Amino acid sequence: MDEKKLAIIATKGSLDWAYPPFILASTASALGYETQIFFTFYGLQLLKKKLELQVTPLGNPGMPMPMGMDKWFPILGMTLPGMQGMMTKMMKQKMKDKGVASVEELRELCQEAEVKLIACQMTVDLFDMDSSQFIDGVEYAGAAAFFEFAGESDICLYI
Amino acid sequence: MADFNQELDASGLNCPLPILRAKKTLNGMEAGEVLHVIATDPGSVKDFDAFSKQTGNELMESKEDGGKFHFMIKKS
Repeated sequence: MDEKKLAIIATKGSLDWAYPPFILASTASALGYETQIFFTFYGLQLLKKKLELQVTPLGNPGMPMPMGMDKWFPILGMTLPGMQGMMTKMMKQKMKDKGVASVEELRELCQEAEVKLIACQMTVDLFDMDSSQFIDGVEYAGAAAFFEFAGESDICLYI
Repeated sequence: MADFNQELDASGLNCPLPILRAKKTLNGMEAGEVLHVIATDPGSVKDFDAFSKQTGNELMESKEDGGKFHFMIKKS
């Protein structure tokens, strides 16, 4: 049986959206898939050595708020300085309490499982980022390289 | 409960950690050996069933006992 292939494009750089690509890639590897994640635009944040991912309820009415905060704080209250940091802290604590892995841990598991992590060279240049900011083992490529793998993949996800 | 060669306690861990830890433990085992996984994540029941079907490692037993889920996986 040929090895199945999973190709993922990761475009988002917030704490909550960091989970789907790393959860799916690490699980796919455990199931025997050959997996690549192509990080572009804000998804590049997920490759930084020091992750500083945040979560915000702004523009996201679906986000459940702790302690009925949404009833006491009008949405403008969420724009106050420090609010995003506090929400991020609460989310991280909640995840820890529920036994959810950290993004760092899932990323390490992906690397151990030889998931190929590819940074989009064009957006790295666009944001004046530098390969020294990223973890070791990241490869740099463009759209054509993505299609070379994605074209042969069994599952292809845009996240 | 049948005999097993290794035990993995994944209690308190959430998706996908029980599967990832189980896979890692199985990597270090010999074919035919049995891994006993204990988990508290209710999603792990369907997940270990799917893991077994996709990797060929036989799920010999899957049961709930006192709020914990027990899986017996034979390495292929």
